[in-house]
Amino acid sequence: MRRKVLVTIAGTTIATWVVAAPASAQDAMTADAVQVTLDNIWVLVAAILVIFMQAGFALVESGLTRSKNVANIMMKNLMDFSAGVLAFGAFGFAIAFGAGNNFSGTEGWFLNTSVFDEGYFGSLSLPTFFIFQVAFAATAATIVSGAMAERTKFKSYFVYSFVITALIYPLVVHWTWGGGWLSQLATPFSDFAGSTVVHSVGGWAALMGALILGPRIGKYRNGKPTAIPGHSIPFAIIGVFILFIGWFGFNPGSELAADAAVSSIALTTLIAGAAGGVAATFTVWLKSGYPDVAMAGNGVLAGLVGITAGCAAVSPWGAFIIGALAGIIVVASVLIIDRVGVDDPVGAISVHGVCGAFGTIMVGLLATDGGLFYGGGTDQLISQVIGVVAVFAFIVVTTGALFMLLKVTIGLRVPAEEEIEGLDVVEHGAPGYGFDVAATASL
Amino acid sequence: MKLITAIIKPHKVDEVKTALREVGITGITVSEVKGFGRQGGHTEHYRGAEYTVEFTPKAKLEIVVDTDQVTTVTDTIRRAANSDKIGDGKIWVTPVETVIRIRTGEQGTDAI
Repeated sequence: MRRKVLVTIAGTTIATWVVAAPASAQDAMTADAVQVTLDNIWVLVAAILVIFMQAGFALVESGLTRSKNVANIMMKNLMDFSAGVLAFGAFGFAIAFGAGNNFSGTEGWFLNTSVFDEGYFGSLSLPTFFIFQVAFAATAATIVSGAMAERTKFKSYFVYSFVITALIYPLVVHWTWGGGWLSQLATPFSDFAGSTVVHSVGGWAALMGALILGPRIGKYRNGKPTAIPGHSIPFAIIGVFILFIGWFGFNPGSELAADAAVSSIALTTLIAGAAGGVAATFTVWLKSGYPDVAMAGNGVLAGLVGITAGCAAVSPWGAFIIGALAGIIVVASVLIIDRVGVDDPVGAISVHGVCGAFGTIMVGLLATDGGLFYGGGTDQLISQVIGVVAVFAFIVVTTGALFMLLKVTIGLRVPAEEEIEGLDVVEHGAPGYGFDVAATASL
Repeated sequence: MKLITAIIKPHKVDEVKTALREVGITGITVSEVKGFGRQGGHTEHYRGAEYTVEFTPKAKLEIVVDTDQVTTVTDTIRRAANSDKIGDGKIWVTPVETVIRIRTGEQGTDAI
C-alpha cells in the first residue's frame, strides 16, 4: 500500500512538470493519467481535512463541558478515532464496500487487496478511498462522545467506539454507498456526503446513549432543566471554525474526483453553514433575549449537517433555505430535548440527528433534478423519507441494544462520587488542567 | 494594630491599590474569592436556558495597619471601590495581636 502512495506522490510531481510544460514530459503522461493523479491527490487532501474535523469535535465538546472532565473528552475523541481506524480497517470497510448482499458486504476483510483490486474504486486507489472513508466513520463515531459527556465510563465508550465503526455504521454505508438496498430503490435514496449516513447515525446513537445514561447530576432541579455552562467558549468556537474548514473536505471531497463540481459543492456548503449560524443567532436571541454564542456555533454546524446530503443536488438558494431552516430547527430541538429530560451537553442529537434527517428529506424537495419543488414529483421525497426512517429505526435498535448490554455488563455510567469529582482524575489518573488551575475551578 | 479586610469587585482592585499607595500603604494581600451578600447571586443565560450564579466572583483585600491609619484606609477603599451599584462589597476591621517579619524577626508596627 505504501508503494502505491509513493507512486501517487511521484505522479503529482510529474503532473506539476506537465503543467510547467516541457513537451517531452507530456508524451510520457496521458491526460487520463493526470486526471487519476489529480483525483487521488484531491480526495487524499479532502480526507485529511475530514480527519482535522476530529480536532474540531474535540474542541467543541470540551469547550461546552466542565474543566473537570476536559481530559476525558479529549481522550474519548482521540480513542474513537484511533480505535475507529483499526476497527474500520479490519472489519467495517469490508462490510461497507465489499461485495455481498443488499444488507452487508461479506468480503475484503483487513483491506484485502485481492478483493479491492485496481479499478475497484474507479480512479481512486485503495489507500485514498480507505483513508477518506475511515475519516467519515470516525466522524459518525465521535458525534456521540459530546452527548454522553461528563458521566460515561471510559472503557464502555471504548467498546462502543469499536462496535459502531466495525459493524453498525458500515452497514448503513453499505445500504447507501456500497450498493445495498437503499441504493437499489426505484428512485435511489440520495445522500451525497452523509447527512443521514454519517451525521444522523451519530446523532441517533447519541440520543440512545444520552437516554440510557440519564442526565448529569444537577442538570434537573425539581424536574426543570438548568444550564450547566461549558468551561471554554473560545475552545467551542475555534472548534466550530475547524469543523467548518473540515467540511470543505467532507462535502466537496465526496465528489470523489477533482472536477468542476467540487467548487460548486464548496459554495453550497459555505452558504448553508453561514445561513445556519445567522438563523440560529436570531432564533435564540428572540427566544432568550441574548445572541447566545454556543447556540450560534450549533447553528453553523446544523446548517453544515443539513446541506451535507444535498450539497451537490441543490442550488445556492436551496442551500440558503436548508441552512437557515436548520439553524432555526436546531435551537427549537435543543430546547425541546432539554425539556423532555434527555441531557445532551453539546446539542449533538439536535445538530447531527435532527438536522441530518431534515437535510436529507429536503433533497426530495429542493434537488434541482428530481425535487418536488422543481417539478420532479414525489418519488425522490418518498425515497428520502424511507432512508431517514430506516436508518433511524436501525440505529435506535442496534445502539440501544449495545448501550443496554454495556450497562448490564461492564456498566455505562461512573459512580456519583466520581461524576462530582470529575472524570479526569478518577478515569485517567490526572486532571486535564494542572492542580493549580483545577483548584479554583471546582467551586 | 488592625487587620482591614475588604471584599470588593474584582475590576476595582487596581484603582483601590493605586489609591492606597497614595496614602502610604506598603503592602496588600489580594485573593480571588466567591460569595454572596444581599445581592444574592444573579441570573445568566446559556444555550437558551437560565441559570443562577449563586456565588459571585469577588476580590478580597487584607491589609494590616497601625490603629491610627484605620480610618484613612477604610475611607480610601470606600472611595476607590464605590460604583454606587449593588454588589460593591464590604469592609471590616479586626484587632491584630502581633505581626512578625520573617526575614528579620522584627515585631509589631515595625514589621508592617
